[in-house]
Amino acid sequence: MSTATHKLLKGSTGDWEMVIGMEIHAQVTSNSKLFSGASTTFGGEPNSHVSLVDAAMPGMLPVINGECVRQAVRTGLGLNAKINLRSVFDRKNYFYPDSPQGYQISQYKSPVVGEGEVTVELGDGKTATIGIERLHLEQDAGKLLHDQSPSLSFVDLNRCGVALMEIVSKPDIRDAEQAKAYVTKLRSILRYLGTCDGDMEKGSLRADVNVSVRKPGAPLGTRCEIKNMNSINFIGQAIEYEARRQIEILEDGGRIDQETRLYDPNKGETRSMRSKEEAHDYRYFPDPDLLPLEFSQGFVDELKAGLPELPDQKNTRFVADLGLSAYDASVLVAERESAVFYETVLDRLANRARDGKMAANWVINELFGRLNKEGRDITGSPVNAEQLAAIVDLIGEGTISGKIAKDLFEIVWQEGGDPRVLVESRGMKQVTDLSAIEKVVDDIIAANPDKAAQVKDKPQSLGWFVGQVMKSSGGKANPQSVNELLKSKLGV
Amino acid sequence: MTDLTSLTLAEARKGLADKTFTSLELTDAHLSAIEAARVLNAFVMETPDRARDMAKAVDEKIAKGDAGPLAGIPLGIKDLFATKGVRTTACSKILGNFVPTYESTITSQLWRDGAVMLGKLNNDEFAMGSANETSCFGPVANPWRRDGSNTTLVPGGSSGGSASAVAALLCMGATATDTGGSIRQPAAFTATVGIKPTYGRCSRWGIVAFASSLDQAGPIARSTRDAAMLLRSMAGHDPKDTTSVDIAVPDYEAAIGKSVKGLRIGIPKEYRLDGMPAEIEKLWSEGAAWLKAAGAELVEVSLPHTKYALPAYYIVAPAEASSNLARYDGVRYGLREQGKSITELYENTRARGFGAEVRRRVMIGTYVLSAGYYDAYYLRAQKVRTLIKKDFEDCFAKGVNAILTPATPSAAFGIGEKGGADPVEMYLNDIFTVTVNMAGLPGIAVPAGKDAQGLPLGLQLIGRPFDEETLFSLSEVIEQAAGRFTPARWW
Repeated sequence: MSTATHKLLKGSTGDWEMVIGMEIHAQVTSNSKLFSGASTTFGGEPNSHVSLVDAAMPGMLPVINGECVRQAVRTGLGLNAKINLRSVFDRKNYFYPDSPQGYQISQYKSPVVGEGEVTVELGDGKTATIGIERLHLEQDAGKLLHDQSPSLSFVDLNRCGVALMEIVSKPDIRDAEQAKAYVTKLRSILRYLGTCDGDMEKGSLRADVNVSVRKPGAPLGTRCEIKNMNSINFIGQAIEYEARRQIEILEDGGRIDQETRLYDPNKGETRSMRSKEEAHDYRYFPDPDLLPLEFSQGFVDELKAGLPELPDQKNTRFVADLGLSAYDASVLVAERESAVFYETVLDRLANRARDGKMAANWVINELFGRLNKEGRDITGSPVNAEQLAAIVDLIGEGTISGKIAKDLFEIVWQEGGDPRVLVESRGMKQVTDLSAIEKVVDDIIAANPDKAAQVKDKPQSLGWFVGQVMKSSGGKANPQSVNELLKSKLGV
Repeated sequence: MTDLTSLTLAEARKGLADKTFTSLELTDAHLSAIEAARVLNAFVMETPDRARDMAKAVDEKIAKGDAGPLAGIPLGIKDLFATKGVRTTACSKILGNFVPTYESTITSQLWRDGAVMLGKLNNDEFAMGSANETSCFGPVANPWRRDGSNTTLVPGGSSGGSASAVAALLCMGATATDTGGSIRQPAAFTATVGIKPTYGRCSRWGIVAFASSLDQAGPIARSTRDAAMLLRSMAGHDPKDTTSVDIAVPDYEAAIGKSVKGLRIGIPKEYRLDGMPAEIEKLWSEGAAWLKAAGAELVEVSLPHTKYALPAYYIVAPAEASSNLARYDGVRYGLREQGKSITELYENTRARGFGAEVRRRVMIGTYVLSAGYYDAYYLRAQKVRTLIKKDFEDCFAKGVNAILTPATPSAAFGIGEKGGADPVEMYLNDIFTVTVNMAGLPGIAVPAGKDAQGLPLGLQLIGRPFDEETLFSLSEVIEQAAGRFTPARWW
């Protein structure tokens, strides 16, 4: 692995460098909301998961949900970040019907998690380190429905008050690929930790992307913020578009206005949402209904001890213990479900030291290849970990050849069943019985005396005999045994 | 039966226990008194049916010998407390006919202990005021009048309805809230006893918020003992209010009559204002003398940051209020004034729903929290608050058990007399009481005498955090020495 060089954009005045920072809003996995007991279940009838607190009824008070705090601390630990033992909830004041209190409870000056960093994998086996500025907890807003009536808007408060983690990166990202890799890696870490389901389609993970451009080495340019991105591919497209838009303006002698923009994936362009002049004055101040959030180092240590193995650690272990290539390991750990599948295969193997690496090849090449082809994901795989482990076992112990194994995989994929039983019932077993193979070998040598005579001068023609024997055994003969037998019979 | 209304809560408790009268009789007596006193405008909502139902239910319990500590006692509830199924408005037009589906923690504890609700009491709109003149239901009259005068006086505020109703014998006690003096100042203006407990002693859950870091509920009653009885039921930890404190609630009544011998009472020199009426000065000295006669030791103390308390309070309280009142937006409940856009709906609703004083404080609060002003105002005020708190801590660290001050700088004044041109004139009413809220301490106001015009005056005792018991003991000494005061009935 090596540190990546990043992509520069060519303009008419030379190369330009992109400077990108991101704010990711990740919905915390928890049963109830950040400050109320209402359910966080997605997709209920409108306003069916709304407590008196969420609806901001007079006299209602927020009470912090301890599980959301634990999830934020776990996430902070997963980002190798500083955990602040004391943090403060502030009110961010603004009027909008999706915010019944008239303010969002967030953390402004004292977030629960401070600086950290994430190593992201880039396509060419290189990596980049992206700094984390902070992570804080805040309330999500409700949802406005404008399509229910020609003259009225409606509001659904089900999501209102659900806990979000806002994860702010440092402006360390230098191109669209890095940005995509950063979101991918962050999502992977959150899913490993179980602190956010990472479902971008449902809006569980959304990104605000800050983009500016500069000549390499020059001071930072004015940035624009692209709001509410919920697709990794769109993030890439939006950055490319936005950077080129800014370069064009600057090269025409213009100036970038600091503003908030939205990306339109249909047109492939960003457009202005509001300028800095229209920006709200949020009048942040500490929420007097809530005491500062304080916990002990022991609380943090306990959570740390309970953390699952994260993708980077898993990757390192796969390389060190199983001899996987860095690339194979990174493919296996990228998605939590893939890693879980592979490790389940490993657990079922009769001899993981011998066959662990082969199992990785089978998971990546045969299984992922086939899944990709059919557009399915690992959770919907027709071949389960137990079946795949059995196939690898059968190869490893010499019961079937690799070639037969591919046929067996196909049968299991199509029809299911226990690979060991299938091998028996369909006569796919490799023949290692020397006397049975000997008869075939003798017959072929006898039928081809010319070729047998040539072998002593041209040892490479031994392969032809091997092929003939395998063919007449229907692929079931053990190639190694055939090879040895032929050598001794032909005296090479 | 009307004489039943003149009993103290403790006396009524005995009568009920001895079956001299029933809760229904006691309740009916008060309901009649309320009906006859509508000119005072103390109640904004009478709930006679509910009161009789509650009284009957509690009579059955008393008959079965299963009576709570407040069994059968008819109370009035400040309209800031959410009462399930009963209109709750904070005396603001913006809440319209809002009927909560929930009961505040404090009132539910009172009902748990057997109290009976007579109705909802008037207060300044969102508890913002010192004369009960900002209520959307109109001003409350003080049952007290100057000798030989027909001028209607204010009962103080914001718990003006509570104080007026208790003084006029319309209820045996009332709930109230105090953000800068809203229990103690009206208590002083009406010769009732009012205690603002330590911040965190009572749950704020279900009470319409004014300034969250200062708001604290407490009782207004006709005697120190009655206040102690009520506070015992009102206080306690509530998991629904994380600022409430998990400390056991003592039997406050046990502190009544307890010796104050050896207690050190601080007399803060900074409370001796220039131009303070001689009567107030005299009252203060008298109070000190009574405590001394009871064996307490008097010491002069200094609370050097006192003069900054009022200005700092009028930054912190409006700042929190501006945010707390943002939820009244016409979207989900209460008043809605339509507009062409959502912004217009907000503007129309809030312009018509809030009265002038509330609008003023929302604007002040919004201003002091704005970018560029936050540090100069809000942050500075919070620093002052820390210093005020430290003044008291230093004082208590020197062995002072409680501090004695006047409760108000004057007796009750006439409706419309103050604050018309200059709101600060009205704000000055809280000069002796705001420091206590800023420091989160308990404070009690107890009637101690009358001025030359025959109006009641009160003294204030400020205690250590969660030491309400000492305040009750000291208040009882003053009450015994000064006697109790009842207004002549004119309504």
